[in-house]
Amino acid sequence: MHATSTQFKKVASQKLADPKLQATLANAKGRFVVARSDAVHDIDNFEEMREAAAQLRDHCLDNLDVYLEEWERKATAAGAIVHWAESAEQMNQLILDIARDNEVRKVIKSKSMLGEETGLNEYLENGGLEVRETDLGEYIVQQAKEHPSHIIAPATHKSKEDIAKLFAEKHDRPQLEDITELTHEAREILRPHFLDADMGISGANFLVAETGSTMIVTNEGNGRMTTTMPRVHVAITGIEKCIPTLEDLSLMLRVLTRSATGQPISNYLSVTTGPKRDGDTDGPEQFHVILVDVGRTRVLGSNLREALRCIRCGSCMNHCPVYQNVGGHAYGWVYPGPIGSVLTPAYVGVDKAIDLPNAATLCNQCGVACPVKIPLPDLMRKLREKQTELGLKSVWERAGLRTWTWVATRPVLYGLLTKVAVRFGKLAGGKDRLLHWLPFAGKEWTSERDLPAPSGKTFREIYAARARRDGEANVR
Amino acid sequence: MSARENILNRIRAANASHLKHGADGAQQVASRLNDHVRGPLPRMKWQRIARFKKCSIEAATTVDQVGSRTDVPAAVADYLAKNELPKTGVCWPELATLDWSGAGLEIEARPANADDKSGITGSFCGLAETGTLMLLSSENTAATTSLLPDTHIALVSASRIVRCMEDAWDLFRKEIGDLPRQVNFVSGASRTADIEMTLVYGAHGPFRVHVIIVDE
Repeated sequence: MHATSTQFKKVASQKLADPKLQATLANAKGRFVVARSDAVHDIDNFEEMREAAAQLRDHCLDNLDVYLEEWERKATAAGAIVHWAESAEQMNQLILDIARDNEVRKVIKSKSMLGEETGLNEYLENGGLEVRETDLGEYIVQQAKEHPSHIIAPATHKSKEDIAKLFAEKHDRPQLEDITELTHEAREILRPHFLDADMGISGANFLVAETGSTMIVTNEGNGRMTTTMPRVHVAITGIEKCIPTLEDLSLMLRVLTRSATGQPISNYLSVTTGPKRDGDTDGPEQFHVILVDVGRTRVLGSNLREALRCIRCGSCMNHCPVYQNVGGHAYGWVYPGPIGSVLTPAYVGVDKAIDLPNAATLCNQCGVACPVKIPLPDLMRKLREKQTELGLKSVWERAGLRTWTWVATRPVLYGLLTKVAVRFGKLAGGKDRLLHWLPFAGKEWTSERDLPAPSGKTFREIYAARARRDGEANVR
Repeated sequence: MSARENILNRIRAANASHLKHGADGAQQVASRLNDHVRGPLPRMKWQRIARFKKCSIEAATTVDQVGSRTDVPAAVADYLAKNELPKTGVCWPELATLDWSGAGLEIEARPANADDKSGITGSFCGLAETGTLMLLSSENTAATTSLLPDTHIALVSASRIVRCMEDAWDLFRKEIGDLPRQVNFVSGASRTADIEMTLVYGAHGPFRVHVIIVDE
């Protein structure tokens, strides 16, 4: 997918000024947070599980080559055909080749964020295939020719009125009003496609090395359809998704579903191992799995490595005050929110996403909500450092910080300047003791709000005065 | 060099530079794979069957309990009548010998197609922790039976309701061994909340799931 992350500031401002989007976001805001909180408090040792999950993911990454080889051995023994792809183009081409070899015309897809990364749908459509997304949210954004704005709730930016209008036009039926009716209309439209599609493409939440299985977590049942009905099934997955055993899978699922939708378990957990067996009445004749790098090994060797623990639950964006207000599209690539602010620069390029690691207050809501304890604020800070190292910050910002450093490393001068500044600040604050306007970079801040005026004394002055009053004993 | 070799080499290079003490070593990884170590479990102080029922109901599954398999057709007929559902459907072959017609039902022992109204299945086991059914695909236990029809009715033996997924894997390894094409854990009816986060049942799979616990 083409990244438009360089436009973050512009798009975020538009999104903030869009009353319809704001109403939709306001509706979603908090719902995910409350659901997760309830689900987490429903068991008394969630923190213990979270810690175990984080350690497990690190162990997997530390031994990724061994687990992938073991997985491949087991998967092949069960009859799966395993492919490896280094680039997006390679993965897309592999799938198109499999489709052509099998005379595939129609493809049904269950949700895959990796497919979004590689622009798979467009590629296959350009190759002459009909491609249908079947997750309701993905189906909606595909019909609207948009991209998902959330990794587990792709159409969360759209109101039911938007969707009703879209369905009436695309389905050529009278416009509906009720959400249940809209959902069931999509069911009715998509059912025949499940039955006559030649190929199903799914992602994978996890690969289980012990058994050579791929597994997906769904609520709608479209994942089961996609992996069971067509004669060819292709699962695509990032190489980082591999975990050792079925016991490990059980642990990961406990933290994943609670963090994602707040469910103790999702409706359908499907563990797939190989194609249709002798005598089976259902299941695909061919089962292909494509293990995809597309930037993973680069991140593995970088100081953003912990981002590869990610199990794509969406909890970080649900808890992010920035995401909650600008929505997912402002981030400009596949993954929005805090994890997107790390993965977009990591996968697409630091210089292609300058604003993203800075579009955060580093409040660490994401860090504490992450089921695998990815230190997201730390990673964003590392990316900010990288931006400075590469000279990607604006001239003004760099000059400002250089001046600051020069002053701050000269204590006497610093003391003098801050004394002047706070006294001037107090004066400027006037009767209501608020600053309505600041110079330089402060201008943007005060354009929306006021800054309480300083009290007229610096911290160092107040501290010294207290030390004199209380005697040295009470002050370290 | 192939993509496979390139990727594996890059992983090894990245890990070699990252890990001061090297990776965990083949032996440690092998024992990790063989020992089936469990992660932290929820404290499971509840009674298995009561928990299974409670969680099933929370997942919007309806639950019934009967004394023996011979009571099943009447229980199914009762459920279908109460919900004003058609008296026809399909079932797994293992349930073909039950006296469906005696209960006024037309149930065929064959895989489901898209027009079938009800699909009646057994289950490998039930998970008390979450009110979940564990279904294995096979020649005689078609995956479509629990997927295509509007209504899914599942039987689970009371003695085969285990505490949690880890217990289910143990039971599976003891009784069967190699995984079938697909293991499906089903916890209630198909659902979505993709439009304005409003929960709707019957997204693509069954609109409703009814579980019958069989005591004997």
